[in-house]
Amino acid sequence: MTTAIDKKIANQRRRLPLYPALIFTIILTQIPFLVTLGISLFHWNIMYPDDTRFAWFENFQTVAADEAMRAAIKNSVVLTMGVVFFSTLLGLLLALLLDRKFRGRALLRILLITPFLITPVAAALIWKHIIFNPMYGIINGFATQIYQKFGGDSVVVIDFISQRPLVAIAVPMIWQWTPFMMLIILAGLQSQPTDILEAAAVDGASPRQIFRNMTLPHLRQYIQLSIVLGTIYIVQSMDFVFTITQGGPGSDSTIIPYQIYLTLFRKYEFGEAAAAGVIVIILTIILSSFAFRLIRNLLETEK
Amino acid sequence: MSTLKVNKPRQKSSLASRFTLSTLAWFLGLLLFFPIFWTLLISFRQEVDAGTFPPKWIAPFTIENYEKVFKVGAKSFLLNSAIASIGSTIVILALAFPAAYALSIKPIKKSKDVLTFFLSTKFLPPIAALLPIYLILQKLQLLDNILALTIFYVAMNLPLAVWLLRSFLKEIPRELVEAAELDGASTIKILYRVLVPISMPGIAATSLICFIFTWNEFLLAINVTGFSAATAPVYLVGFVTAEGLFFAQLSAVSIVVSLPVIIAGWAAQDKLVSGLSLGAVK
Repeated sequence: MTTAIDKKIANQRRRLPLYPALIFTIILTQIPFLVTLGISLFHWNIMYPDDTRFAWFENFQTVAADEAMRAAIKNSVVLTMGVVFFSTLLGLLLALLLDRKFRGRALLRILLITPFLITPVAAALIWKHIIFNPMYGIINGFATQIYQKFGGDSVVVIDFISQRPLVAIAVPMIWQWTPFMMLIILAGLQSQPTDILEAAAVDGASPRQIFRNMTLPHLRQYIQLSIVLGTIYIVQSMDFVFTITQGGPGSDSTIIPYQIYLTLFRKYEFGEAAAAGVIVIILTIILSSFAFRLIRNLLETEK
Repeated sequence: MSTLKVNKPRQKSSLASRFTLSTLAWFLGLLLFFPIFWTLLISFRQEVDAGTFPPKWIAPFTIENYEKVFKVGAKSFLLNSAIASIGSTIVILALAFPAAYALSIKPIKKSKDVLTFFLSTKFLPPIAALLPIYLILQKLQLLDNILALTIFYVAMNLPLAVWLLRSFLKEIPRELVEAAELDGASTIKILYRVLVPISMPGIAATSLICFIFTWNEFLLAINVTGFSAATAPVYLVGFVTAEGLFFAQLSAVSIVVSLPVIIAGWAAQDKLVSGLSLGAVK
């Protein structure tokens, strides 16, 4: 009897250190989402406080019918997929190149992770003004120099931001996220047991065979992880859109988080914004269920 | 002997290809680093030499842009960022370390479910929580308050810290804790006398990663701060509108704002992967 009670007390005591963090997290993360869920069922615009009423799913219908929100969803999908695809591809290439011994590899690695560390707003400003500026940006500047060297007599003046707004957002984002993909894939490459690779080489397997039949299958879950985590982080951020195009021209480069931000603080349609938020939460839950599985798998194979 | 013969031709061909691959690596690396190099280069120039057409490679050196950055008042925004990121990191460590202990060395029942819960909160979209956070802060008259922002930064990165610290604590042999328990040490003593000293590398890496995420945070900061609590990214995004488009000065201020994170990231580079993948990859 006493041992059972003692055990219970001991268990309780072992759980104590967990509670502060757990309770804090539950309060600060779960309550806001429940409130969002509640608000999404109300018609609520702070400009018209008298018209506040319970509205069932009216907001969801409004959001679904909203042209700007549709454009935002389309752009979010295109932008996220484009950025994830190209940064993963480039990250894979760089990881493979870095996974060998050569002069200055450590230095190169440091240079390569730096774009990921630049404050996103600063990165967006650098690309917007210093690189993409039609008159004084270095792309048009260097392009003109090269063009004139080959006998051209005009100047290259391309306004990337107004002509191809989504590309002007995607390129800096690919630049910033490539190191992230590279680091995860590189960690995967370096976790490959070398003795097995050496054994395969001794048995006469060609480097191409080793890569296709051993390295690539081993890398698969690392590439999946980088894609899923990258997707979750990238689809949620609006730093680049906010800084580079403000969603314009028109709604050409708006994305879901930015559109919600506009609905909140420009149109003051709190109910609508909350409904859009609920849709985003549902999409995120679907996405993160993939992430869970991958992270659990990796943690289990590690043991 | 026979293996040598088989290997020789392959090694010869790989010497040339190895050189090509290293060159390709350096080419791509320098290409990706070029925007940062160029920004750094023109940040040390006078305005007339910075945004030129065509771009100039060589120009007189000056540090006046960096002096200006602190004169036009970036200082208070940098200070806000420092308070929010260092403050939240300290609170995170104080909450996350005990929690990670309960989930790692002698894990409590259902520790897997608790971990999954922590992870799930990390994936929740901040944009969907923005309105309630805004309304709560407004009601409490805490909008534009740096300490209020700091509390939400704790919530944002606490799950990450629990996961990371747990992955470090898991490596510690449980006999160490059991021995201390036999000596009659309390949980608090075990935590701060036994475990903290030997997990210093893990604590350092976790702090740096939390610091990086909070310093760069923009979405929440732009919406719940006004002038007095604005952080460095918020200041930065309004810089061109407020000061005009001055290339050299913009470069200097971008470098100054990013520098703390760059240094933290370089220092934590071995642990960066583990932090970014929530401890799933070592």
